[in-house]
Amino acid sequence: MSKRVLLGVLLACGLTAPALAQEPKTGGAINAVIQPEPPGLMLAMVQNGPVQMVSGNIFEGLLRYSPKLEPQPELAESWSVSEDAKTYTFKLRKGVTWHDGKPFTAADVLFSLDMLKQTHARARNNLAQVEKVEAPDDYTVVFTLKQPFGPFLGIFEVGSMPMVPKHLYEGTDWKTNPYNNAPVGTGPFMFKEWQKGSFIRLVKNPNYYEKGKPYLDEIYWQIIPDAAARSVAYETGKVDVLPGGSVENFDVPRLSKLKDTCVTGAGWEFFSPLAWLWLNNRQGPLADKRVRQAIMFAIDRDFAKDVIWNGLGKVATGPSASTIKYYTDDVPKYPYDPAKAKALLKEAGYKGEKIRLLPLAYGETWQRWGEAVKQNLQGVGMNIETIATDVAGGNQKIGDWDYDIAFTYLYQYGDPALGVGRNYVSSAIAKGQVFNNVEGYSNPEIDKLFADGAVATPDSKRKEIYEKAQKILVEDVPVAWMLELQFPTIMRCKVKNLITTGIGVNDGFKDAWLDK
Amino acid sequence: MLSFVAQRVVKGVIVLLAIVVLNFFLIRLAPGDPAVVMAGEAGAGDQIFVQQLREKFGLDKPLPEQLFIYVKGVVTLDLGFSFRQQAPVSKLILERLPATLLLTLTAFAISLMLGVLFGTFAARFAGTWLDTAITIFALIFYAMPIFWVALMGILLFSVTMDWLPSFGYETVGANLTGLAHVVDVAKHLIMPAMTLGLFFMATYTRMTRASMLEVKRLDFVKTARAKGLSDAVIQRRHVLRNALLPVVTLAGVHSGTLIGGAVITETVFAWPGIGRLMYDALLQRDYNLLLGVFVICSAMVLTFNLITDLVYRLVDPRIEFTT
Repeated sequence: MSKRVLLGVLLACGLTAPALAQEPKTGGAINAVIQPEPPGLMLAMVQNGPVQMVSGNIFEGLLRYSPKLEPQPELAESWSVSEDAKTYTFKLRKGVTWHDGKPFTAADVLFSLDMLKQTHARARNNLAQVEKVEAPDDYTVVFTLKQPFGPFLGIFEVGSMPMVPKHLYEGTDWKTNPYNNAPVGTGPFMFKEWQKGSFIRLVKNPNYYEKGKPYLDEIYWQIIPDAAARSVAYETGKVDVLPGGSVENFDVPRLSKLKDTCVTGAGWEFFSPLAWLWLNNRQGPLADKRVRQAIMFAIDRDFAKDVIWNGLGKVATGPSASTIKYYTDDVPKYPYDPAKAKALLKEAGYKGEKIRLLPLAYGETWQRWGEAVKQNLQGVGMNIETIATDVAGGNQKIGDWDYDIAFTYLYQYGDPALGVGRNYVSSAIAKGQVFNNVEGYSNPEIDKLFADGAVATPDSKRKEIYEKAQKILVEDVPVAWMLELQFPTIMRCKVKNLITTGIGVNDGFKDAWLDK
Repeated sequence: MLSFVAQRVVKGVIVLLAIVVLNFFLIRLAPGDPAVVMAGEAGAGDQIFVQQLREKFGLDKPLPEQLFIYVKGVVTLDLGFSFRQQAPVSKLILERLPATLLLTLTAFAISLMLGVLFGTFAARFAGTWLDTAITIFALIFYAMPIFWVALMGILLFSVTMDWLPSFGYETVGANLTGLAHVVDVAKHLIMPAMTLGLFFMATYTRMTRASMLEVKRLDFVKTARAKGLSDAVIQRRHVLRNALLPVVTLAGVHSGTLIGGAVITETVFAWPGIGRLMYDALLQRDYNLLLGVFVICSAMVLTFNLITDLVYRLVDPRIEFTT
C-alpha cells in the first residue's frame, strides 16, 4: 500500500507567535483565575471548561491545532493517511515519560481510547467511525476507519482525547481512583497541590520532552467564585491572567484599560463558540417556519453585540461560525426588521399564544441578553414568558423538550462534521440530552448532506456539500443564530506567548513565559 | 444536668434523621440530576451515556431503596461518595469545615460583643444623640444586603486604600508559617467576618437596647437603686444580665441563619468554607455532597441550640434543667 505521507512538521509550537523576537526567559509563577472550581482534574472523567483549562497543562493529546486549525505534533510526532483515507498511522514521540517516570507508549493510547469510549461523551461520538485500533510496536498506533471520515485529524487535542496512564488506571475502579484528584500526565506541568476552595498549584515538569520547556516554574489557579471579586483580584494585582469568560463582559472594557494590561481574543478558534436560541420546532406557533423567520427579523443582534457583549463577537450568519471550515456567508440574510417580522407573524396567523423563553443561567450578561430578546420579541407582538431556572434545571427542561425558546451556546470543534451537523440531523433527536438536535428539526435533505459531507473526498466536494447545507438551514431557521461569541483573555503584558494555538488557554501554558 | 444533655442529644439525633429524610426528597424535587449536569458539561452525550452515569451514581434504583442506602450510611457515619468530585463526602466537608467555623465563630463573636456593647450604650443614653447615632448605624447594617456590604468593603479597603486583601484565606504562594501565617489569615479574615458579623450585630444592638429599656422599668431595679447600689453595678449586674436572655435566645436561633449568610460571604470573598461547597453542590445536583453538608450544618445548629440552653442557665440561675 503506497502511502501519502502528511509530514507532521516539527514546529516548535511557539514559532507562530509574534513575541518570537524576544528570547523567552525562564522562571517565575503565573497566577490565573479558574472559574468555577473544577470538580476534579481527571480530564478523561469530567470534561467541563475549568477541568480542561487546568488539566490541559497536565495531560496531553496526540495532536494540537494551530489558530488556523492545522494539526501540529504533540505526543504524536508525525502521522500519515492511506490513499483510501481509511487508515491513519501515528508515530509516537520517543522518550516521553509520565510524571511518575514510567514511559509513555502505544499501549497507553489503546487503553485511553477504551476508557474514553466509556467516560467521555464527545470522544465516544468522535470514535464512532473507528473500526479498529492497533499498536504494531510501542511507538506506532494505527486507526482503521469504517469509511473515510473527513474531520478525523481534528479529534486528537487534549480536551477531546486526553491520554491516560494505563499503569495507574488499568484494573482499578476508575471513578474512585485516587489519581483522579492528583492526576499524572505527560504534560509540561505536574500537579502539586489543591487547597479546595482556594487554589490549585501546578509545578514545572523538569523531565518534559521538549528541552527548555516549560519556561514557568509554577502556575497558581486561583478559585474566586464571585465575578466582581475576580475583577478586583486582577485590578489589585493578585492575579495576572483572566482567561476568557472569567469576568462579566461589562467589566472587560474597564479592565482592558488598566496599566500594563494586554487583551486578546485569540485561542478560541478550535472551539468557535456560537450562541443561538433553540426553537422548539415540534409544537405551537414555532412549528411554522414563518414564525421562526420572524424571530430572526425581530431580534436586534447588533444591539446584543454592541451593548450586552460590549462590542465583542460577531453577528452569526448561520449554523457555522466564520472561523470553522467550509463557512459561507452566501446565505439568506436576517437584518433587524421588526416590520417584516410583524408581517410574517400575521401571515402565519400568530394570535398571541404564550411562548416560554428559557435564558441561560450563566451570570449577568446572559440574564441581560434574555431580557433584551424578550423585549425585541414583545416589540413585534409576541407573548413571551421568561422561565427562571438554574443551569441544571434549564438542562432538564431542554432535555425534556419542555420549552419554546431557549438560549444556548455550543462549541463547533473546527469542522461541521464534529460540531455543526449534530444540531440539525434527525438521527440526533433523542429526549434527555441537552445538545445535538434539541429543536426537533427534521429534513431528509439535510440528513443526507451531513451524512455525505462527513465522508466525502476531496475537500472541494465537502465544501460544496456544506455550503449547500448552510443555505438550506438558514432558509428554514431550525434555531435562531445569534452571535459568534468572543471570550477575551485579559492579562498583564509581561505574560508572553500565553496563547499560541487554536485551543488557547485550554492547551496548557508550555510556551508561556514571564518578561520580568 | 447530665441527663438533660443526654436527652437533648437523643432528641437531636432523631431530629437529624428527620432532616436527612426530608432533605433527601426535597433536593430530588429540583429539576435535573447529576447525570444530566455532567453530560451537559461534556458538550455531548446521548441517552445511553446519561443512563450509564445514572447507574454509576445509583440513581437508577427506586427512591425508597436509595433512601435506605443513604440513611444506613449516615447511621454508620458514612456520608457517601461524591461522584461529581470523585472523593468521599466526609473528606470534602472536613477539608472546608475549619474555614467556615473560623469565619462564622469570629463573625458571631464580633456581632455579639459589639451588639451588646452598642445596645447597652444606646439604652444607657436613650434619647440622646448617641442613642440615635447607634440606632441609625445598626439600622444601616441591618438593611443592607450582605453582598452589598461585602462589595463596598472590597472597593474601599482593597481597591481604594489597599489595606486588606480582597479574597481568599491566605496569601497564595507566600508559604508563610508560624505567627506570620496567623497574621496573614487574620488579615484575610477581617473583611468577611466583619461583613457577616455587622448584619447580626445590628440585630443584637436593637434587641439589647429594647430589652434593657424594658428591664430598667421593672421593680427590682428600683429596689436595687433603693438599696443604694451604684448605677454601673445596677446596669451590669441587674439590668444587663436580665436583658441578655432574649439576646441569647436570638443568638441560638441565628446559628442557622449565620451559616446561610456564610454562603454569600464565602462566595464574595472566595473564602474556602462549606457554604460555598453547599452552593456548588446544589448547582451541580451533587446529591450526596449536598445532603452531607446539610447533615453537618443541621448538627451544628442543633449543637448551637444545646449550647444556648446551657448558657441560659449561666445567665439566669433561676432557670432549671428539666427533662
